[in-house]
Amino acid sequence: MADNNQNLWHEFQKGLWQDIPPFRLVLGTCPALAVTNSVINGIAMGLATLFVLLFANISVSAIRKIVPAQVRIAAYVVIIALYVTVADMFLAAMFPPISKALGPYVPLIIVNCIILGRAEGFAQKNPITPSIMDAIGMGIGFALSLAVMGLIREIFGFGSILDIKLLGAWFEPWIVMILPAGAFFVFGFLVALVNYLSRKKAETVCH
Amino acid sequence: MKLILIFISASLINNFVLTYFLGICPFLGVSNKTENALNMGLATTFVMTLTAAVTWPIYTYLLVKFNIPFLEYVAFIIAIAALVQLVEMYIRKSSPAVYRAMGIYLPLITTNCAVLGLALFMVLRDYNYIESIIFGFGTGAGFTLAMLMMSGIREELEFADVPKVFQGVSITLIIAGMMALAFMGFAGLIRG
Repeated sequence: MADNNQNLWHEFQKGLWQDIPPFRLVLGTCPALAVTNSVINGIAMGLATLFVLLFANISVSAIRKIVPAQVRIAAYVVIIALYVTVADMFLAAMFPPISKALGPYVPLIIVNCIILGRAEGFAQKNPITPSIMDAIGMGIGFALSLAVMGLIREIFGFGSILDIKLLGAWFEPWIVMILPAGAFFVFGFLVALVNYLSRKKAETVCH
Repeated sequence: MKLILIFISASLINNFVLTYFLGICPFLGVSNKTENALNMGLATTFVMTLTAAVTWPIYTYLLVKFNIPFLEYVAFIIAIAALVQLVEMYIRKSSPAVYRAMGIYLPLITTNCAVLGLALFMVLRDYNYIESIIFGFGTGAGFTLAMLMMSGIREELEFADVPKVFQGVSITLIIAGMMALAFMGFAGLIRG
C-alpha cells in the first residue's frame, strides 16, 4: 500500500516542478501569454483549466477500454469541448467581469495542448485514481505558473497586486508589461530562469 | 473598402500570433527552417480560409436558427477536425507533391488554437459571409508572415552566441516579444 501511495504522490508532484506545464513542457502557452496581464485573470484561467483537466482526465480514463483507437482523439476533443462549455457558462453566470476579461480564451481551453496531451499521454493508459492525481498536479502547476506571470506583469504594468496599489505615485508603470510584447518577454525570462534553476539543482545532485 | 480594412487588420495590426497569442505552438515548434515555416503557413492559411467558409454557415443556419448556440464550441471543433481530415484525404489523392510538402502539418492544424480562435472571433465580431472568408484568409496570411520572419531570424540565430540558459524556447520568446513591439507600429494604419 505504501508503494501505491508513493506512486500517487509522484503523479501529483511531478506537475508542480519537474514537468511544470508552461515552462517545462511548453504546452498551453497561448493562455499563459494571453490572460496574464493581472493576477486575478491568471488565477481564474488556471482554475478553469484545472477543472476541465480534472474532469477530462476522469472521463478519458473511465472510457479508455471502450473507445476504439482510431477515433480516440475525436472522442477526447468532444469530451473536452463539453467540459469547457460547462466552465464557460459557469464563469459567465457567476463571475461576469472575469468572464468578460478572459473573453474567447475560455473556449480556447479546448485546444490547450495540456489537456489533450494529458488525456493522450496519461489518462488513456492509467486507471482513474492516478489520472485524478495527475490532473490535479498539472492543473495546480499550470495555475501557479499563470499566477506568477500575472503577478510580475501586474506589479510592473500597474504597480498593484489584485487591484491593491502597492507602489506609490513615484512609480511610473511600465506600459510594455501589459502589452503583448511584455508577455513574451516575461515568459521568455521565466523559461530561462527555470532552466537555470533546474541545471543548478542537477549539478548539486551530481556532485 | 471594408474588406481591405479587414484583411489588413487581420494580417498586420491584429496579427493572431503577436497580439492574440494564438498559434504559438507551431510558431515556436515549426519555425526553425524557412521552408518548413512557409509550408506550415500555407497549409494553415488554406485551412483557415476553409474554416471560415464552413463554420459561418454552421453558426448562422444551424446553431442560431435552432437556438442552440451553446453547442458552438463542440460544433466548431468537430467541424474543424472533420475539415482537416477531408482536406488531408483530398490532397493525398489529388496531388502527392503538395501532400509531401504539407501533409505532416495538417494533423497539427486541428489543435492549432488559431483556427478555433478564428471561428470564435468571427462570431464575436458579427462578420457576414464574405467578410468572414476575407478575415480567415487575412489571418492565415498574417500567420504565414510571422512564421517566415521568425524562421529567418532563427536561421541567423544558429550562428549567434546565445547564453546557455536562454537557448531554445526562451530566446525565441524574447525575439517574438521584439517582433510584437515592431508590429505595434502598424497600428497607425487604421484610425479608430
